Amino acid sequence: MQWESVIGLEVHTQLKTKSKLFSGSPTEYGAMPNTQASIIDLGMPGVLPVLNQKVVEMAIQFGLAVSAKINNRSIFARKNYFYPDLPKGYQISQHDIPIVGTGYLEIENNGAIKKIGITRAHLEEDAGKSIHDLYDNCSAIDLNRAGTPLLEIVSEPDMRSSQEAIIYLKKLHRIVTYLDICDGNLQEGSFRVDANVSIRPVGDTELGTRTELKNINSFKFIEQAIKYEIQRQIKILESNGKVIQETRLYDPVKNETKAMRSKEEAHDYRYFPDPDLLPLEIDKKLLQKCQKNMPELPHDKLERFIKEYKLSKYDASVLTTEKTLADYFENVSNLTSAKSKTVANWIITEFLSYLNKDSVDVTNAPIKAEMLAKLINKIEDKTINGKIAKTVFEKMWNSGKEADAIIKEENLIQLNDDKKLLEIINNILVEHNDKVQDYKNGKIKLFSFFVGQVMKESKGKANPSQVNKLLQGILENS
Amino acid sequence: MEINDKTISKIAHLARLHLEDQEIHQHKDKLNSILNWVEQLKSVDTDNIEPLYHPLDDSIQPVRDDVITEKNNREELLTLSETHKSGLYLVPKVID
Repeated sequence: MQWESVIGLEVHTQLKTKSKLFSGSPTEYGAMPNTQASIIDLGMPGVLPVLNQKVVEMAIQFGLAVSAKINNRSIFARKNYFYPDLPKGYQISQHDIPIVGTGYLEIENNGAIKKIGITRAHLEEDAGKSIHDLYDNCSAIDLNRAGTPLLEIVSEPDMRSSQEAIIYLKKLHRIVTYLDICDGNLQEGSFRVDANVSIRPVGDTELGTRTELKNINSFKFIEQAIKYEIQRQIKILESNGKVIQETRLYDPVKNETKAMRSKEEAHDYRYFPDPDLLPLEIDKKLLQKCQKNMPELPHDKLERFIKEYKLSKYDASVLTTEKTLADYFENVSNLTSAKSKTVANWIITEFLSYLNKDSVDVTNAPIKAEMLAKLINKIEDKTINGKIAKTVFEKMWNSGKEADAIIKEENLIQLNDDKKLLEIINNILVEHNDKVQDYKNGKIKLFSFFVGQVMKESKGKANPSQVNKLLQGILENS
Repeated sequence: MEINDKTISKIAHLARLHLEDQEIHQHKDKLNSILNWVEQLKSVDTDNIEPLYHPLDDSIQPVRDDVITEKNNREELLTLSETHKSGLYLVPKVID
């Protein structure tokens, strides 16, 4: 039988605020345990939550970016369950009416455009962290994360393959990082993905029983987990078994998913409107303010790069995959007189491959935008040639030094002096007199051989276009 | 709608309340009388009425600026718990 997989995604994005959703505690990652948990986060008697205005604006901007309906009135609700890292015994979330209603994202897969529906996005507070493996008889609780603002973005079950799911997630990731509402760090849990996966015979319209894959912390693992889960479900159904609706955890070491032990009533959350919080009203003025302050989104940046910098669609799309990379390109461009295409080439062929090789991100790269601009300027003003520049780039990457220092230390300044170049050329031509004769008899391909010899003799430092010109002059006039 | 002993046991468990058999019967009767009253309310036609989510529905939700106002009070707060170690609260082992 032919099977079709159906995937829906829930993404918890941690909003990039200084303080928590309902308290003035800091949200910084990696602080000493429980140093960022105040009486409000701990749910002490008598405390009241006060909403962080910034969070509301961030949620609205996300809604605008995915063409969603912004509800002018949304309701905070209590989601009730007991767990030690949830001190209040309930999580403040949104249930009946979320701040962001239905919207969509367009994804491009092999040239085809597909619309993926977004069901909703709602605000909620994060729980604390339980550490189970620190002590033998106890679980240890760190409540620093309790109350950190999250925007949970729920998609429709519109994706049909693990590949589509990853394209959607990367696009979503790009949007929240471009909006600067989330740092997008998967490892630190700022962008947490739960995937709902089911399968059905091709042509069926009814959904099969789904399983939920939880908290997977890299795009690669999410793709593998979904792939594995689809195959697991196919195997079950093809041997006449039944898929059980459950939460499963992905084990990247074994590349398999395993059922999480959980009781049935764990999902009886008994939501009700939180009496501590009034309905959240969003008026026209706030909506207009958010609209006015919208940063440039990936698609608009791509179009602008093509127009403003005269880049190809390919170059522009590579440079806009990440906001930090796009900023890097623009910073370098502003600091050099070189053509944008030259800057784009340096970033796409050199900079990106070094980033990949060392698995570092743009912000942590040893060569900052100003440094690359200076290097490119050294080629523009003919201090060094393009080939030497690549050597300099490598040395800059490994040492963190400026181009100037390396060029001086290694004595790499380009040889632009006609007299010195002619001297080298003449020596080469004398040395290879036989080949000069061959050249004159029609073996014009030997020209590049001569150029190569000159470059070698000058240790790569000769100005290549000057060498070409001089060599041509001599060979044609002698 | 009528609730039985089993429902009472279940919601008591969800609320982490321990009820004796006799209490279960008592609460069942009380809750059923409340539900009967709700049934009565449900007979009113509310089709064109917007739901009220809060008794102070026409007030405005106050908001605060995104600034840090809380200080680190860890040492004082930890003393309120039964057990703690190295800045962490300790609870009986929970296994998911």
